[in-house]
Amino acid sequence: MVGNWDVFTNNKSVTMPDDREKTLNEPIQTQMLDQLWELQRNNGCINDDDIKQLAHRFNLSDIEVEGVVSFYHFFHRKPTGKYTIYLNNSIVADLKGFNRIKETFERETGATFGSVDRTGTFGLFLTPCIGLSDQEPSALINFYPFTNLNAIKVKDIIHSLRNGATPASLCDAPADNIRYTPPGDKSIFFKKFTDGAAIANAAKLGRDGIIEELKKTELAGRGGAYFPTWKKWKAAKDQPAVPKYVVCNADEGEPGTFKDRVLLNTQAKSLIEGIMVCGYTIGAEYGIIYLRGEYHWLQPKLEEAINEYRKSGLLGTDCGNIKGFNFDIRIQMGAGSYVCGEETALLESLEGKRGEPRTKWFFPVEKGYLQKPTVINNVETFCAAARIIEMGADAYMQMGIPGSPGTKLISVSGDCKLPGIYEIEWGMTVAELLELCEADDPYYIQVSGPSGECISIKEKYRRISMLDLLARKDIRCGGSFMIFNKQRDLVKVLLNFSEFFKSESCGICTPCRAGNFIIQRKLERLDNGLANEKDLEELKSWGTIMKNTSRCGLGKTATTSLIFSMEKFHDYFHSKLDKDFNGLNLKFDMENATEEYEKYKI
Amino acid sequence: MADMVNITIDGKSIQAEKGKNLMQVAKENGIFIPSLCYYEHIEPPLGTCRVCTCKMNGKYNPACTEKVSEGLVVEVNTPELVDTRKALVEMMFAEGNHICPACEKSGNCDLQHMGYELGVSSTRFPHLFKDRIVDFEPSRMVMEHNRCIKCLRCVVDVKTDDGKKVFTYQNRGNETYVGIDYDQEAKLTEEQAINAMKICPTGAIIVRGASLAAPFGDRKFDMESVQKDYNKKKQTHRNRPPVMGKKIVATVSLAGCFGCHMSLLDIDTDLLDVLELVSFDKSPLTDFKEFTSRCHIGIIEGGVCNSENVETLRKFREHCDVLVALGECSVWGGLPSMRNSIPLSECLEEAYLNSATSEQGASIIPYHEDLPKILDRVYACNEIVKIDYYIPGCPPDANHIWKAVKNILWGEEYSILYSEFKYD
Repeated sequence: MVGNWDVFTNNKSVTMPDDREKTLNEPIQTQMLDQLWELQRNNGCINDDDIKQLAHRFNLSDIEVEGVVSFYHFFHRKPTGKYTIYLNNSIVADLKGFNRIKETFERETGATFGSVDRTGTFGLFLTPCIGLSDQEPSALINFYPFTNLNAIKVKDIIHSLRNGATPASLCDAPADNIRYTPPGDKSIFFKKFTDGAAIANAAKLGRDGIIEELKKTELAGRGGAYFPTWKKWKAAKDQPAVPKYVVCNADEGEPGTFKDRVLLNTQAKSLIEGIMVCGYTIGAEYGIIYLRGEYHWLQPKLEEAINEYRKSGLLGTDCGNIKGFNFDIRIQMGAGSYVCGEETALLESLEGKRGEPRTKWFFPVEKGYLQKPTVINNVETFCAAARIIEMGADAYMQMGIPGSPGTKLISVSGDCKLPGIYEIEWGMTVAELLELCEADDPYYIQVSGPSGECISIKEKYRRISMLDLLARKDIRCGGSFMIFNKQRDLVKVLLNFSEFFKSESCGICTPCRAGNFIIQRKLERLDNGLANEKDLEELKSWGTIMKNTSRCGLGKTATTSLIFSMEKFHDYFHSKLDKDFNGLNLKFDMENATEEYEKYKI
Repeated sequence: MADMVNITIDGKSIQAEKGKNLMQVAKENGIFIPSLCYYEHIEPPLGTCRVCTCKMNGKYNPACTEKVSEGLVVEVNTPELVDTRKALVEMMFAEGNHICPACEKSGNCDLQHMGYELGVSSTRFPHLFKDRIVDFEPSRMVMEHNRCIKCLRCVVDVKTDDGKKVFTYQNRGNETYVGIDYDQEAKLTEEQAINAMKICPTGAIIVRGASLAAPFGDRKFDMESVQKDYNKKKQTHRNRPPVMGKKIVATVSLAGCFGCHMSLLDIDTDLLDVLELVSFDKSPLTDFKEFTSRCHIGIIEGGVCNSENVETLRKFREHCDVLVALGECSVWGGLPSMRNSIPLSECLEEAYLNSATSEQGASIIPYHEDLPKILDRVYACNEIVKIDYYIPGCPPDANHIWKAVKNILWGEEYSILYSEFKYD
């Protein structure tokens, strides 16, 4: 059992709507996602009447509410069964036997994926990475986690559910799997944290002092973009508009990444204080943690920590005895959308809309949440900020390498014996990390998830640091290492990524919406042995066009690993081509093209 | 007087009001930056189509979301950027199901217009042929989802008198479409509805009874390019040595209607030149069934819909030095490819079993070893063989065809006039 399940199931944890409007000055539409969650959880779907009622309540047209519902993966217009099962189909799950588990679920429940069985008991759905890559295959049943699945376990689970057991009583408590911290008790993230330690120091340092400390440590956005944190905080601090907001991005959706999950599960308090320190610095009174829907099971624990802070006077009015510093935090549940990890899409989602990234017409520090100055940082960034303020920049800078001080959390998964979290000092090489996790004949490694860089084992002596802006020499890691051995088919991996981007694109800009679809078609051609040299050139050139023209990071990075891998695994790609190509007649699969017509042979 | 800043666009120094939208500044200074979603009075700008992507101080960004600031250096017409913008327009053609000859908006369509301005004669991308619906439910409008480019204009701009949205995006990724609220749509005034149709850059929003066809020449984008140097840009130089002696030409119509062959005859008095200068080998004009000699040029009309088409096309590739795809069907599939988003069995059953004209109790879909086999979808010629040149149009303009052929055979320089480059 994990946390307090009653809170979760009874949905008391959500701040009552009316309160919110009064206390936080948030317009009513910000309650949209909460309301939809409530309907989805209670009724298993959001029906036409619900849409009409919500539209009336929020003073929107029906189609707008439908637009929001249809954007999020976890909201459905048709019933999803008494037990709604989301099976992860990320590439790591695929390595660990996803297909067998999928078949077993279908056989045992009598439903097929994408639908509900005839009795309305089980609904089966596929979903991209649920942040449990260290314990795949995994699934969520009514949003409770089930890890390390095998055929027998699946059989037992379905059998028990049929016999009246609740998912809450059957679920697993996902292990944290913290495999490595710097030797000699030098962990930054996971050492003991005393309530109020960071905020007390923050008061001593003063607002400018905090920014100086952050500047000294060169803390940069750990979501993967590495924007200097001090610059962001300072820019927000200097904004005259009020109120200001602090938003914690806990929408860790990048497949293969689960470091934030472990931080949320073990370091809720340093996270809360990180958010508070930021609020104190920029002059904000409210913080919002945007927690991804897949991490529903972490919500009670987080809620508990926030309540504890409220009780002890660390949250509320005059927080931590700092006169005039009023601060509170609430949690907003996401509902299954990778693109909401993009900061401006996240803001739209917080406002109860479709999670479409905004243009760069304004930056969030100018006009963010509700068009007010907003700082958005990742979970790890806030935790690190709290630790820096707690331990002091000088102590923090003892770790790591010059220009890249401190430690970094890396989620390791795939072909290795010890998947889990590695808190490494910046400057460690890929080879060292591979040795620590006992990688099994590693051949290529996907760094920072599908949107990141693909590296070959030949590059194992590269360092992991944030020194190199363009990541040519050193590797800037967003937080995950997916390891693949030589038996894995790279084109299959890339196809999995392209399917992911195709369905997670928000659809608002042309290059990402159409481009990912087109790239997938091209990869299928390659996979079917129909491609020639020109197709490879086109893949590269089209990938570059998407990179240069997409609206947000999703489209800009969707083809990064494809482009990198074509450079690094040149021979492999060439072995996949049509060898008889004479430059004039393209390979054409006549049998496949006439298969459908052959049915009419008399 | 507002603050003025100095910026450079393609090396040209320009003074502009600080914070003004770059698209506006460029327009005022006679610099053409292609765009589709940009609409002057919508602020903040939409930034959805990305066609106006330029380089700002060395970084790729759309011009429509750029506020001019002191020292801004903008690159617009580098070969790479021109190609990138062209690619984005091609992407829209490949993503939607845009059948210009059958569209009410043809000639007044912004997407088509951008295709003309950028000289898109074929798309480099495979057409996706996603099955999309045409929504006839709204009381006054028809939503043609095949033609929507998701520019967001209608979503942001069209509202009822009580401020409610009529259009909103639905779903996400490649499933995204613009949904219409039937109740709110009914509340729009006639004028508001027509405005919605006008604001749509393509023919996705059609108001019943209000989309009157205008003859060619009277439509918005028929005759004049917005670029002063359009003809210079579209000029083609000698790109191959001229062929000596009498030239041999072959032509064929695959999954086409012979309309392109008809257009070929429209070159009028030049036909007399043709007969002196070239001879026809395998062609419907000569009725030669087989090739009798190697040909200098093969002209292909129509796409590839059955196994016989595949073989014929391959033969053309083997016997001709240069292959030209003539007309929309040949270039990307055209009208016959309307079936591509529907399963083959459904098409055949509709045609032979369930149609209003099929005989009672009809149960046979023709299949015989002597009959060509129908392919699962209509393929563009360049999906089967390498195609050297594309001439768009339905049918292509006769002058366009003749100029292109002369250029290929004798290396004559030519420039296609804006009014000769059409998709319908």
